[in-house]
Amino acid sequence: MTPVLQAQGLVKAWGGNRAVDGVSFELAPGEMLALIGPNGAGKSTCFNMLNGQLRPDAGTVRLGGRDITGWAPRAIWRQGVGRTFQVTATFGSLTVLDNVRMALLSHARRLLGLWQPAAGLMTREAEELLERVGMADQADRPCGILAYGDLKRLELAMALANRPRLLLMDEPTAGMAPAGRLALMSQTAAIARAAGIAVLFTEHDMDVVFNHADRVLVLDRGRLVAGGAPAAVRANPLVRQIYLGGMAD
Amino acid sequence: MSRCGAGVRSRADPALDTLVIQALNGLASASSLFLVASGLTVIFGVSRIVNFAHGSFYMLGAYLAWTLVSHGPLAGLGGFWGFWGGILLAALAIGLIGALAEMTILRRIYRAPELFQLLATFALVLVVQDLVLLFWGPDDKFGPRAPLLRGAVEILGLRFPRYELFLIAIGPVMLGLLWLLFHRTRFGILLRAATQDREMVAALGVDQRLLFTGVFFLGSALAGLGGALQLPREAVTIHMDMAIIVQVFVVVVVGGLGSLPGAFLAALLISELHAFGILAFPRITLVLVFLVMAVVLVLRPHGLLGREPEGAPPASEAGQPLPGPAPRWLRGLGWAALALLLALPPFLGEYPLILLADFAALVLFAASLHFIMGPGGMASFGHAAYFGAGAYAAALLARHLAAPMEAGLIAAPFFAGLVGLAFGWFCVRLSGVYSAMLTLAFAQIAWSLAFQWIEVTGGDNGILGVWPSEWARGRLAFWYLSLALCGLGVWLLRRAIHAPFGMALRAQRDSPLRAEAIGIDAFRIRWLAFALAAAAAGVAGSLFAYGKGSVFPSSLDIPRSVDALLMVLLGGVQTLSGPVLGAIAYAGLQEQLARLTDLWRLVLGLVILALVLFFPSGLAGALQRRRGA
Repeated sequence: MTPVLQAQGLVKAWGGNRAVDGVSFELAPGEMLALIGPNGAGKSTCFNMLNGQLRPDAGTVRLGGRDITGWAPRAIWRQGVGRTFQVTATFGSLTVLDNVRMALLSHARRLLGLWQPAAGLMTREAEELLERVGMADQADRPCGILAYGDLKRLELAMALANRPRLLLMDEPTAGMAPAGRLALMSQTAAIARAAGIAVLFTEHDMDVVFNHADRVLVLDRGRLVAGGAPAAVRANPLVRQIYLGGMAD
Repeated sequence: MSRCGAGVRSRADPALDTLVIQALNGLASASSLFLVASGLTVIFGVSRIVNFAHGSFYMLGAYLAWTLVSHGPLAGLGGFWGFWGGILLAALAIGLIGALAEMTILRRIYRAPELFQLLATFALVLVVQDLVLLFWGPDDKFGPRAPLLRGAVEILGLRFPRYELFLIAIGPVMLGLLWLLFHRTRFGILLRAATQDREMVAALGVDQRLLFTGVFFLGSALAGLGGALQLPREAVTIHMDMAIIVQVFVVVVVGGLGSLPGAFLAALLISELHAFGILAFPRITLVLVFLVMAVVLVLRPHGLLGREPEGAPPASEAGQPLPGPAPRWLRGLGWAALALLLALPPFLGEYPLILLADFAALVLFAASLHFIMGPGGMASFGHAAYFGAGAYAAALLARHLAAPMEAGLIAAPFFAGLVGLAFGWFCVRLSGVYSAMLTLAFAQIAWSLAFQWIEVTGGDNGILGVWPSEWARGRLAFWYLSLALCGLGVWLLRRAIHAPFGMALRAQRDSPLRAEAIGIDAFRIRWLAFALAAAAAGVAGSLFAYGKGSVFPSSLDIPRSVDALLMVLLGGVQTLSGPVLGAIAYAGLQEQLARLTDLWRLVLGLVILALVLFFPSGLAGALQRRRGA
């Protein structure tokens, strides 16, 4: 089976410092893969090369076998990749429903409509998406006043709007209270499993990682140093040393 | 740029000496420009305010120097001290005036959106214009020659004024002095630190207020000095302010806002371009200068030596939800107003009908700018370019092809829309002050074309005889035509705001990151919105032209662009009825003022200041707040 995502020899250097130094991995359809590592390990840099925000100095990114290296984020999105951000990014002046509607309209390539009011377009689809993330009751609220956890769920709904085969989630639970984190990730995992969506996420919270990931990759100083099933990674002495060392400084 | 066109030929000779003299003329102009530009760039570096009034300080410097040198007690001294003492005193006085303006007005708007800052300083421009008229009258003033620097020297057989040589020297000298100030004094080092990161400097416990007031003193004094030094060189006129400020903007933006060496480099570049441009392309010197600016900004968006500003960006107006449907009483009021506009005019005289038609055009003009400013979050300081494009499209068709009004009205939005596509392609890539400056530059290109391309546009004399077709020639018929077209235009723009396109426009304004992540091509959306707004402004411009029967370059000059901005801001950026209310209020106010007092600029300036300081969300915004409360 063709992997959903294939990273091959990704390199990104800032000045002389190689933030990401030859990272390769694959992601199978429907798999939940966690990318972890201490601060400064290169997680975000790696992530941003996958989603198109950064162009790698070397290496390739393939999506379902197709080379998408250096594509713009919006082009990658059109290939069926949904994204959530570490710090939520939503449209503050639109309602919750309109945020999702925007993503749907974009997916349907109907953004250039000048005539029909948007309020009557794709409402049912938008409501269904909100239903899936449990936000239907807040559809008409301006998203500028939402609680942080609800913004995260709204982002998830928007990320699902293009029927993605892959979700890229950068620190999906950052900024949330511990109780909310597990709930959000359980929900995400359930949705992804039901729809057969592969998920790649970076995460600091080890509870979230070991409860929900099918597989874990460990990044340190720009290189992959370990990988495998959560239990194996947890037991890996090198990983323990990196993390304990990481905590010491 | 120098009025006296130095370098009088004393013998017939090949072109080499002419070129040398032109180069020297360019250098002298560069020095003068750099003096003024250095003040503006120093002020921007620390306060992040692009000070429109800088040109006014330059003009005040020239007038004040004229008074001191020829009429004050110093004039009695005569000779060396009478002249140079007067020049220096004028510069210091202007520095004090600048510091005063900072303390009373600008200090309150450091955190306001950039357009508000530009507007507040433009209000100062208006106030100073009328004050200068009041104190010095409309006549040009001529200063004395500078002591010790009278006469000319001979260069390659051509006579070159000594004073110009002195000016050539003063630019580099001033750059050196400023360098010393910024690197060898505590004040200067703090200023540099504040230029890089003002939050950090504040956190270190430096008294920001003193620093900001100090920098305005320094910058304004440089402008005053620049103006005063023009005294032996050219006549002091009431148009000096706008003439210099546009050039200085170009220099500062090309050099990189906040960069002194950049300003020096750009002053050289622009002045030499001008000096040699006059030889090669005498018709399009102005266009040439603005083209260079546009090219530089596209290749290096922060200027030749500029850097992307760090620290907190100024507040933006984004993030407010679109107002919901208007309450019933407001809708009722709107329908009643429309009924009145339809039923009342047959009973009105000629003059009110002319006014009404003007208002209609202005409402559409304001609504078109609002479309990109409000939902789009883009700033345009040159929206008159598209208003003028529409007006000139109609007028050129009438003049050269004897086309009827119907053809003109159809051609106007297409022509203005095409101009919008061309200019917008550059402008919508940038944001904030740089975008505003680029729109200004393009509007000035359009203005220069209208002004300098005399064969086609008639230059300053404009194009006359742009009259409506027979059926619309009566004032009443023309009013109904204006109402229909402008009403249609405003209504279409409103529909677009509520349609997917308008929603995408707001989405890319709210969060460019998220917009990109859900496949929205923000550049394309902004670009199309810009062109759409331009087309609507073009309709307004063509109607304006047919209403007046003529078109002049003033239909695309800076004050016309500022009119549009004021109408939008007066109404409130983040409202839908704002531009309509704002246009009516502003146009009405201006009309009444012009009738009541000769000092309408002064009053208007004060009104703008009050608006910016006390009603930053505009009329409709204030109404909304009251409703919400």
